Amino acid sequence: MLEIKDLRATVGGKEILKGINLTIKPGEIHAVMGPNGAGKSTLSYVLSGRAGYEVTGGSVLYKGVDLLDMSPDERACRGLFLAFQYPVEIPGVASATFLKTAFNAQRKFRGEEELDAMQFLKLVRKKTTELGIKDDMLKRAVNVGFSGGEKKRNEVLQMALFEPDLMLLDETDSGLDIDALKVAADGVNRLRSPERSALIITHYQRLLDYIVPDFVHVLADGKIVKSGDKSLALELEEKGYAEISAA
Amino acid sequence: MAVSQETVEQVASVSEKYKYGFVSDIEADMAPLGLNEDIVRFISAKKDEPEWMLEWRLKAYRYWLTMEEPTWANVDYPKIDFQDIYYYSAPKTKVNPKSLDEVDPELLEVYKKLGIPLKEQEVLAGVEGAYNVAVDAVFDSVSVATTFRERLEKEGVIFCPISEAIRNHPELVKKYMGSVVPYTDNYYSALNCAVFTDGSFCYIPKGVRCPMELSTYFRINAAQTGQFERTLIIAEDDSYVSYLEGCTAPMRDENQLHAAVVELIIMDNAEIKYSTVQNWYPGDENGVGGIYNFVTKRAACRGVNSKVSWTQVETGSAITWKYPSCILQGDNSVGEFYSIAITNNLQQADTGTKMIHLGKNTSSTIISKGISAGRAQSTYRGLVRMGKKAENARNHTVCDSLLIGDKCGAHTVPYIENQSRTAKIEHEATTSKVSEEQLFYCQQRGLSEEESMALIVNGFCKEVLQKLPMEFAVEAQKLVGISLEGSVG
Ligand SMILES: Nc1ncnc2c1ncn2[C@@H]1O[C@H](COP(=O)(O)OP(=O)(O)OP(=O)(O)O)[C@@H](O)[C@H]1O
Ligand SMILES: [Mg+2]
Repeated sequence: MLEIKDLRATVGGKEILKGINLTIKPGEIHAVMGPNGAGKSTLSYVLSGRAGYEVTGGSVLYKGVDLLDMSPDERACRGLFLAFQYPVEIPGVASATFLKTAFNAQRKFRGEEELDAMQFLKLVRKKTTELGIKDDMLKRAVNVGFSGGEKKRNEVLQMALFEPDLMLLDETDSGLDIDALKVAADGVNRLRSPERSALIITHYQRLLDYIVPDFVHVLADGKIVKSGDKSLALELEEKGYAEISAA
Repeated sequence: MAVSQETVEQVASVSEKYKYGFVSDIEADMAPLGLNEDIVRFISAKKDEPEWMLEWRLKAYRYWLTMEEPTWANVDYPKIDFQDIYYYSAPKTKVNPKSLDEVDPELLEVYKKLGIPLKEQEVLAGVEGAYNVAVDAVFDSVSVATTFRERLEKEGVIFCPISEAIRNHPELVKKYMGSVVPYTDNYYSALNCAVFTDGSFCYIPKGVRCPMELSTYFRINAAQTGQFERTLIIAEDDSYVSYLEGCTAPMRDENQLHAAVVELIIMDNAEIKYSTVQNWYPGDENGVGGIYNFVTKRAACRGVNSKVSWTQVETGSAITWKYPSCILQGDNSVGEFYSIAITNNLQQADTGTKMIHLGKNTSSTIISKGISAGRAQSTYRGLVRMGKKAENARNHTVCDSLLIGDKCGAHTVPYIENQSRTAKIEHEATTSKVSEEQLFYCQQRGLSEEESMALIVNGFCKEVLQKLPMEFAVEAQKLVGISLEGSVG
């Protein structure tokens, strides 16, 4: 699914990713943990193609093709989804309009027929019901005036709608109450399949109680300093990053 | 974070699309080149006008000769050579067709290509989805067709080319034309009074709610011609009308002048809703060609509780220079101005409004959304004046500018004159940039950069787009996207 080799990237002229190696096979869930400023969000932006994040070395293959060559929208249309650490507000654009426009853009890319307003609404309602998310936010402008938790729920809803092949979640659990945390985990678990993979950035073990990862990695100072199975997360919680990174 | 230069350039490489840029090969009857009293007489004779009209034109012309071209607007263009313009150009075809069957099929074809519904059968036959609108089609200097006239006449509504109104309804024209914008008003309105060729006339009698939208579609086709149109709308007591105008022109390397005058008169408890989607050819990405759109639009709310709202979507023209204004004379009268002005590449716009409060409890609302991309410059210029007798008058102004890239500019020039001790005036202004963050968020959901931009900008304009009649709103939304193509980032 994803093959990252010696990936280096700079932001604002400063090297942040200093040689990342990571392979994610179809069906696998990888958790990435690490101290603030380690480069976790940077990794998610580089993978999704954000402007200003310059790749200076290494390669990334996604489903066997060069990911770094694609525009951000092409990556999205090919099934890569990023749940943002800080979802962005778009004033004046109703969430429903935003979702429908994007959803149809993706369908068009794949050569599928676009959904009309009614069909689309039906689909969204199905997803909100499944996840237990209130659909009144569909009428509101994208993320405008949403609480922190609502913004994150909105990301989960979008993920459920787009049904991506590769889910990147950047601290989707931060700032969530326990119910919302379950919604987020449920969103991932519902999509979990032998064909889909996920990279989950988090600071807390509690999310991993609900989404059990196949692998856990520690990212510190732009490098993966340690990898292990789900027990690594427990160990981290106990000892902190400093001890693990030093080890 | 601002949009990266790379993005700006990348998107700038996408070619400009102005789908109305074609020229139609239609034989024209033209006036000799240039301007003098004989040309004014020529136009008047072509229109078969009564003597009083010619006299008025000549007075305006002589007055215009004494005037200086104004220079206060924040726009920059080479001096216009008024002797290098054709002031009259009409298709050589049957003038004043009685019905659509008599209209030159080639002309009908042009309007079909432009997407203008010059047909009555569908609506009359009740075809579902047929757009219920009466259209006056002005092609260069003449009106070539006006639809649904009989249906409107049944309600007492007069909707016809202004040249015809001058002949058939002289008492109305004499009474109202020039009563809101006198020929002495300004340089371009004086010129317009002298050489105006066509435009629409609407009269809504007392107590009538106009049964359909009225619209005029202006098309400039012939090269080197100026279009000087004149529109006059009168809403008598307790009446209502919604009027729309649209404009397009071929792509040409030369600049062409469009100097219109629009006058609205609104009596007791009456309302006029006036919407414009202006999409004249804007010139190419290097600023070559395009229309100079120098327009005077003014509404007089003469009656108590009268109301006017101007809604404009200005996306075209090399230069736009216009201030649709409201004179709020009647007590409790209401004036509204909702504007979207998009400038891209080297377009320039200096636009806004004037709210002149004279009566008691008059109120006005101004919502202006200016969007600049490329190397364009956009200025909002607005006057709010509260007269001595404007007790408890209120104005609320919101003026938002959005910048795309870092080579364009937005300027806000509010003028406030208050002589009323009880008046309330509120003014809010913001300037923002389309953030890289917003674009990336949209792109991460699968929208291309241009689609993302169109979505974000449409969101920014939403309050104004909502004010347009439904059918127009959808078109306008698409237009917002299209007009940003080629230099967004
Ligand atoms: N535009 C920028 N210019 C310079 N440095 C930047 C820029 N953007 C991010 N950085 C730096 O890159 C480093 C990595 O940031 P990143 O957001 O990837 O960290 P993170 O691991 O996600 O941290 P957190 O756990 O706090 O979310 C930080 O030191 C940050 O200050
Ligand atoms: Mg982060």
